[in-house]
Amino acid sequence: MAKIIVDGVEVDVPPEFTLLQAAEAAGAEIPRFCFHERLSIAGNCRMCLVEVKGAPKPVASCAWGVRDCRPGPNGEPPEILTKSSTVKKAREGVMEFLLINHPLDCPICDQGGQCDLQDQAMAYGVDTSRYHENKRAVPDKYLGPLIKTSMNRCIHCTRCIRFTTEVAGVEDLGAIWRGEDMEITSYLEKALGSELQSNAADLCPVGALTHKPEAFHYRPWELSKTDSVDVMDAVGSSIRVDSRGREVMRILPRVNEAVNEEWITDKARHIVDGLRLQRLDRPFVRVDGRLQVATWPQAFAAIAERVKGTHRNKIGAIAGDLASVEDLFALKSLMTALGVANIDARQDGSQMSPAHGRASYLFNATIAGIEEADAILIVGSNPRIEASLVNVRIRKRWRMAPPPIALIGERVDLTYPYAYLGAGAETLADVAAGRHSFLDTLKGAKRPLIIVGPGAYAGANGLAVLSLAAQLAVTVGAVSDEWNGFSVLHTAASRVGALDLGFVPGEGALSAREMADGAVEVLFNLGADEVDIAPGAFVIYQGTHGDRGAHRADVILPGATYTEKSGTYVNTEGRVQMANRAAFAPGDAREDWAILRALSDVLGHRLPFDSLAALRQRLYAEHPHFAAIDSIAPSDGAAGLNALAALGGSPGREAFTSPVKDFYLTNPIARSSQVMAECSALARNLRLEAAE
Amino acid sequence: MLQDRDRIFTNLYGLQSPDLAAAKMRGNWDGTKFLLEKGRDWIIDEMKKSGLRGRGGAGFPTGMKWSFMPKQSDGRPSYLVVNADESEPGTCKDREIMRHDPHLLIEGCLIASFAMNANAAYIYIRGEYVAERYALQKAIDEAYEARLIGQDNIHGFPFELYLHHGAGAYICGEETALLESLEGKKGMPRLKPPFPANMGLYGCPTTVNNVESIAVAGTILRRGASWFSAIGRPNNVGTKLFCVSGHVEKPCNVEEAMGLTFRELIDTHCGGIRGGWDNLLAVIPGGSSVPCVPAHEIMDAYMDFDTLRNLKSGLGTAAVIVMDKSTDIVRAITRISYFYKHESCGQCTPCREGTGWMWRVLTRMSEGRAQRREIDMLLEVSTQIEGHTICALGDAAAWPVQGLIRHFRHEIEKRIDDYAANPHSESVMLAAE
Repeated sequence: MAKIIVDGVEVDVPPEFTLLQAAEAAGAEIPRFCFHERLSIAGNCRMCLVEVKGAPKPVASCAWGVRDCRPGPNGEPPEILTKSSTVKKAREGVMEFLLINHPLDCPICDQGGQCDLQDQAMAYGVDTSRYHENKRAVPDKYLGPLIKTSMNRCIHCTRCIRFTTEVAGVEDLGAIWRGEDMEITSYLEKALGSELQSNAADLCPVGALTHKPEAFHYRPWELSKTDSVDVMDAVGSSIRVDSRGREVMRILPRVNEAVNEEWITDKARHIVDGLRLQRLDRPFVRVDGRLQVATWPQAFAAIAERVKGTHRNKIGAIAGDLASVEDLFALKSLMTALGVANIDARQDGSQMSPAHGRASYLFNATIAGIEEADAILIVGSNPRIEASLVNVRIRKRWRMAPPPIALIGERVDLTYPYAYLGAGAETLADVAAGRHSFLDTLKGAKRPLIIVGPGAYAGANGLAVLSLAAQLAVTVGAVSDEWNGFSVLHTAASRVGALDLGFVPGEGALSAREMADGAVEVLFNLGADEVDIAPGAFVIYQGTHGDRGAHRADVILPGATYTEKSGTYVNTEGRVQMANRAAFAPGDAREDWAILRALSDVLGHRLPFDSLAALRQRLYAEHPHFAAIDSIAPSDGAAGLNALAALGGSPGREAFTSPVKDFYLTNPIARSSQVMAECSALARNLRLEAAE
Repeated sequence: MLQDRDRIFTNLYGLQSPDLAAAKMRGNWDGTKFLLEKGRDWIIDEMKKSGLRGRGGAGFPTGMKWSFMPKQSDGRPSYLVVNADESEPGTCKDREIMRHDPHLLIEGCLIASFAMNANAAYIYIRGEYVAERYALQKAIDEAYEARLIGQDNIHGFPFELYLHHGAGAYICGEETALLESLEGKKGMPRLKPPFPANMGLYGCPTTVNNVESIAVAGTILRRGASWFSAIGRPNNVGTKLFCVSGHVEKPCNVEEAMGLTFRELIDTHCGGIRGGWDNLLAVIPGGSSVPCVPAHEIMDAYMDFDTLRNLKSGLGTAAVIVMDKSTDIVRAITRISYFYKHESCGQCTPCREGTGWMWRVLTRMSEGRAQRREIDMLLEVSTQIEGHTICALGDAAAWPVQGLIRHFRHEIEKRIDDYAANPHSESVMLAAE
């Protein structure tokens, strides 16, 4: 620890701290534009200048280390001043320089009210300008459908460049020209090719980069803010949902070091218009082959009629990727009351099961734990599109000090280099059997990480592949008391919660695929839009959007999206998180648990809860770990994995392919979003161009 | 006046051939092996004793700079980088060295690299110096050919010398921007600390020296530190290349002893001021980045670091720009201001925004189209830039303006008053523009 005096207050800080951090530790606030905790230090805005006693000129506190300071003449600790007149004058000077070429168009700027420059100009700006020359004019740039530019406002802090290069891992943004002619742009104004690009607009301290889909839609102070979690993938990013009246206006990331740091994917952010479009707002019943608007009692009556005449073995339920634990619990309770064992939440066809222990289906290493891994094997996954923020963590780990990283599966651009081992299960078997040198790398590592993705476990021989991966994990010593490197990467937000809940077929019961292929006569579909249901069965679709599931439905029960209900989601690590209601569902749509409760009454098996609180009480009684919000219940670790490894089976010879074909269109909300459709089309074209 | 026998650059004017044979005749490469055999510590010690101050402009003692390099390698190699990006307006001394005395430089590179245990050195040459690049490359090839440098050379110290040419940005003469450029990145200065001696080229310990500082090393060591330190005035010793340009009868490059007076320099080598000493208006004594000094202050001033610093100017690169009374001093400084606006890298705020502001205000002032109060505003803007930037370009842009206002405020005021007294009708175009 090093001592330093900040404005007369002596503090003890680690010597590697910068003066800015030391000042914050001492309670002094330092203004900044270019500095950002998660990006490299640029030191170019000069707003954070402080005075160091004995130094001839003010220094940039974001870049100057405490250890770079010289002690006083008699060995007293170095002293810095953050409020002296020199400092104030320096900062006012910088602020004046920043403002002379800034358009000051705050009244028409979307950043107004959330602008660093605006805020800091209140402290360091003056009310008039001494600059009477013409202001610089910079042409706006096209950066794709998500980021709107107004380059006159740019203050050249280069946060956006550093974010895209360092965190997102694409070198699409850069600066051209020099001096006051410097311009931020992508190469020939190509759209940015990152699934995280919107974060750059968040980082922009001024209104140069703003969110295009939200342009001129709201002022930040009009919005009511609700903390929630994202369900677009199984990462469960912390988000804040901002709404105005009944309408969700925007989604922002929240800081959560354990999960998403402070980034979210473009999909998590920009599906906002999908929450509005294509919504099911009334019940429908199919009459004479056509879906017709109905009332709730009519819809329930139609269901009751079919259910009563059907044997319980011919009834089934499939749950989709966006269902909350409460919805699943209500549906499972209803099915149990009806005596139905055909329930499944694994619409992708995977055969993971709580029977093999919780560790067999969790991302055991945890997302933050990736930073500690010292050898990484990715099996059958493209984390960049399946769980972008997991990929960001791997990239972060790679940037700290590159560990050996290898991939079995599709050869894709993950934004960091890796050794490509092979395409499918055979290669995995080779590695496990020691016919590949990467086994020794994993064995030599203290904390090897094996990420098993949906490409591996969702195939026909998925369970055998999963078992093989578990064998490999056990062989290389990836599983011990303090480290479990066997990590399953899910893509569906509901999946881990469903597995925790036991939403899988009972002994001898039908799986999702068998049910969809026509083995049941009445199929209850809770928002499962990624399966094709064969003709024949009577399908009750409870969901939110007029997507694939609704088209194949005989009765439609309109439900609520994740922003319209309070629901528990468990992410791929097994972290239990709560999404909160930010708005109300449109029209006659209701919260899903309430629909199921009402339906149970009509079916003559009234569920024993009348409120969400009562539901949760029963849920927590049966599964106590759901009550521990924001934490990961300890799993069974080595024992569970040994059982999974012992399963064996023939992993086959198939190549692993990711089920996520299009990052932007993975669920009904995203498919209803115009913004996502535009992104998807653009990404497709970019891929085509690249292939040419 | 410097005696001929004390000159280091004996072929400064290219009267003899620059090639190796002729260079050896002039004493280059004489006993270099013997010098190296005396050891690193002796070389650095001797350089310190010689009192040589860096010739690139800042005047930092060269021997001390060399001594900052790690004595023991921590596994990283060390590098010597020679800054031949001579872009300061008015300066043309390194150009002559590379054209006519390249072997002095190459020998200096070997000695300096040996002293710093650097097995590789890079010479970063200005992009516009095309002929010099060819001349220097030819000399380097000769030296390789003669096994004076290279992996298996006669000096027994494996040493590679690379010549890299820039793309013509002034800022790449700033040492850390030069390193960035050498690494293939955009030439933008780095934040210091860490200093290049710890983290320089490719993250390895690096010393960046001016061409002249390196080129004089061989001769200093051969003739002894005491010889060099006996020339000139205390703390400002040795010989120095002066580049005299502007309103003198015979502009020239000349090697002279430090600490001769301005009058001696001009009268001896340049044939006097154009129109006589009474016609002298001002002098920029150290390249465009130092403030100008008015005639009465400079005439009998010693041309060395300390004297000129006391005149609130600097010796800089010793590029003496002489201006007689026909000069429009406001326009002259405006032009310099434009240069800095044009060459600002745009990385940090005060320089990026401030250089343009100063240039625009000065442009108006040079026509008189300004207010008297704007003079003080301009001065304040220049102090807002000075000392607040990452590198010294901000200072370099501010100083000429400060010099102008300090010494020629009356000139600006007169111009403003004249303009106000003779209001030409503003053309209607203004509104239409």
